[in-house]
Amino acid sequence: MDDSQDLFVGEDGRPRSVTVDLYNDSSLQVEISDAVSERDKVKFTVHTKTNLAHFKKPEFSVVRQHEEFIWLHDTYLENEDYAGIIIPPAPPRPDFEASREKLQKLGEGDGSMTREEFAKMKQELEAEYLAIFKKTVAMHEVFLQRLAMHPILRRDHNFYVFLEYDQDLSVRGKNKKEIFGGFLKNIVKSADEALITSMSGLKEVDDFFDHERTFLLEYHTRVKDSSLKADRLTRSHKNVAEDYIPISSALNVLGTQESSAISRSFIKLAELFEKLRKVEGRVASDEDLKLSDLLRYYMRDSQAAKDLLYRRARSLADYENANKVLDKARMKNKDVKQAENHQLVCCQRFEKLSDSAKQELIDFKVRRVAAFRKNLIELTELELKHAKASLLLLRNCLVSLKMDH
Amino acid sequence: MAAEREPPPLGDAEQTDFRELEDGEDLFISTASTLESSPSSPEPASLHAEDISTSNGPKPAEISLEDDREDLFAEATEEVSLDSPEREPILSDEPSPAITPVTPTALVTPRIDPVMFERCKEELEEEANGDSFDIDISVSDPEKVGEGMNAYMAYKVTTKTSLSIFNKKEFSVKRRFSDFLGLHSKLASKYMHIGYIVPPAPEKSIVGMTKVKVGKEDPSSAEFVEKRRSALERYLERTVKHPTLLQDPDVQQFLESSELPRAVSTQALSGAGILRMVNKAADAVNKMTIKMNESDAWFEEKQQQFENLDQQLRKLHTSVETLVCHRKELSVNTAAFAKSAAMLGNSEDHTALSRALSQLAEVEEKIDQLHQEQAYADFYLFSELLSDYVRLITAVKGVFDQRMKTWQKWQDAQAMLQKKLEAEAKLQYANKPDKLQQAKDEIREEIEEWEGKVQQGETDFKQISKTIRKEVGRFEKERVKDFKAVIIKYLESLVQTQQQLIKYWEAFLPEAKAIA
Repeated sequence: MDDSQDLFVGEDGRPRSVTVDLYNDSSLQVEISDAVSERDKVKFTVHTKTNLAHFKKPEFSVVRQHEEFIWLHDTYLENEDYAGIIIPPAPPRPDFEASREKLQKLGEGDGSMTREEFAKMKQELEAEYLAIFKKTVAMHEVFLQRLAMHPILRRDHNFYVFLEYDQDLSVRGKNKKEIFGGFLKNIVKSADEALITSMSGLKEVDDFFDHERTFLLEYHTRVKDSSLKADRLTRSHKNVAEDYIPISSALNVLGTQESSAISRSFIKLAELFEKLRKVEGRVASDEDLKLSDLLRYYMRDSQAAKDLLYRRARSLADYENANKVLDKARMKNKDVKQAENHQLVCCQRFEKLSDSAKQELIDFKVRRVAAFRKNLIELTELELKHAKASLLLLRNCLVSLKMDH
Repeated sequence: MAAEREPPPLGDAEQTDFRELEDGEDLFISTASTLESSPSSPEPASLHAEDISTSNGPKPAEISLEDDREDLFAEATEEVSLDSPEREPILSDEPSPAITPVTPTALVTPRIDPVMFERCKEELEEEANGDSFDIDISVSDPEKVGEGMNAYMAYKVTTKTSLSIFNKKEFSVKRRFSDFLGLHSKLASKYMHIGYIVPPAPEKSIVGMTKVKVGKEDPSSAEFVEKRRSALERYLERTVKHPTLLQDPDVQQFLESSELPRAVSTQALSGAGILRMVNKAADAVNKMTIKMNESDAWFEEKQQQFENLDQQLRKLHTSVETLVCHRKELSVNTAAFAKSAAMLGNSEDHTALSRALSQLAEVEEKIDQLHQEQAYADFYLFSELLSDYVRLITAVKGVFDQRMKTWQKWQDAQAMLQKKLEAEAKLQYANKPDKLQQAKDEIREEIEEWEGKVQQGETDFKQISKTIRKEVGRFEKERVKDFKAVIIKYLESLVQTQQQLIKYWEAFLPEAKAIA
């Protein structure tokens, strides 16, 4: 697997590696080069570099909003030709609500904070806002990049339009339809779920798919749970880091308001806590990026893989139905040719889908293992870096305090 | 200032000193030299011979000192008097009670009941050797005694000491919480009104105790018991660190005697408890109405200082409590994640990744333990120190209030005296000659009585002022020491956590790299 091609470098230079390029093809490179957050929407600048003949220019940019990404994703889903492919999960809607609320609450003020504390909290919340913003950019970027990497998906006409058409795609009005459509989709999904879980009479002849079905069902549930727990863990870490702010502030006041033999120690301690808070904050955000984000992505990706299995199961059901119809026709000796054709079509469709799905699922595993490996290594290295930084800060402070004795 | 200059320890090491004095030498020259060498000697309260004091107020203890010393003191008394111009008063320059001589009696710990102090020299030396009190107290082995609502926890109080005021070098007794409260109550009633900062006892907790009584063997009641045990230990340590309180017979009885009369008046809802609450309320009202003419800026300054300190410590304490809470949450969430990661590892069908995830789960489980331990350190070291000092400062403020009350009493006595004098003057112009003489005599008597009270009031006021200065000095020193020690311990706990984190993650890294 080629890890060296870091197409997904985030704005702070840190590689986003929830997915890897299995095909190593740079003929179509897509990135989100800029993003602007307006009050209730985010505008992404999608930048494309290509040597493919199809495109008018080798390099170009367009501005897209979230709804247009969703439109693109849905067109892939609805396209029968891609039934045997894991469609990259759509990026989540940009959600700054929580962060905005917090900033607002801070602004409305809690008179109990000193000016310094207020400034620090504000800094923290602004950093949080920025982090959420960066994440949403990255999620949208990864979506496009997976499409660009996939040998079949990249050739989709709508994809070209999305990348190149420099006007508004006018898909926003579809929101209402989207919501309603989404509702229907969920009903169908639960039926599908029943299809592949209880295998309502469908006989699975292929061991590979049998195994995959069992695996994916459990895996998806587990990774969803882990993602939730990782989020809570990250949140807790952030809380602890934030707690250091008022502690540092109070120690500072204690140190400055009196001039006893302990004042210097208080001030040193205040400084220490301020520095420790920054390190703890970074631990929290790194855990978020490397662990929470990873797990969340694979929750969505494993769902997409499950969707592939549903489609295959449906196609198998269709095939089996066609067999039944053919048998009946042969018995009655009526419309046999028609039934034979239909059965052939279903069979071919099913087999094509199965072959494609098999490859896709194998690739999924490879991708998943690579992503986990990369992120776990990076997580560990970052945890070590931060722990060592904290240790150094603590030791220096201890030396300094003991010298005062 | 008396706060800085501790009274010279008469029980200083060298035998020679005493011999010099025996030869009739100036007590103060030798003791002045010893002043330098023992900066923080405790008051050798035991060293008062009966014959010394012409001081009012504090009754010196009756001691049977060893032979030489008794004479020594007698000599000293004759030699030294405030009038001798060469003598520099050893004690401070602030309003020195005109009456109390600047003799060893100034070292006297006021109001000690005549006791069985068989002092021997070594012990005086030990006490004189400043900080090393050589007494170590631990509270351990909480044990539930009895059942139901009458149950209580008994704690083992172990004392290890080489001080000879105690009969043995090492001994243990069993005490219950109300015994501690009883001890504090006695000490407070004996010493607070004369200006001593008596360490406050740990707080009662009806909810906490009820859970324990009812017999819930859950982690929260175990935590409650541990919190209480630790608080009781700190309470006793602070109490015996105080040189005056250490000498108190109630303290010694508490530590030593196997049976202790049950302190029932400490119950919150008892008659005594209610009386205490009423008194506290009355005190609060009085405090507001006493307008004292502060002639000494030191007291005003100090009061303001303590007020500021109180505020800041409370604020810090609240913030640290929040930290403890969040750290516990972090531990819980880490554990939950660890379990989830283990499940994920089980369901992962790629062998190497599966193994790595399981190991991640193990790492996180260990880290959860770390967070829990850190939360304990946050609490027992940092948070409890702050809450102890918040309560100690309340005791300090209480002592300042006592001074105000003493001042008020003095003023009231003066006012009363004034009234009597006016009454006497009026009698001069009265028209009832037959009753006149009798009335005059009566009034005269009363006037003498009140004159005495005024004098007593003034002395008391000056004495309490002096005591407070000293106590505050001692308190500040202890505070600095305490905080410094705890800060270092706390930082070391944080260091420990980071070191462990490094260890765990370093062990995990190769596992992550091994995913193929």
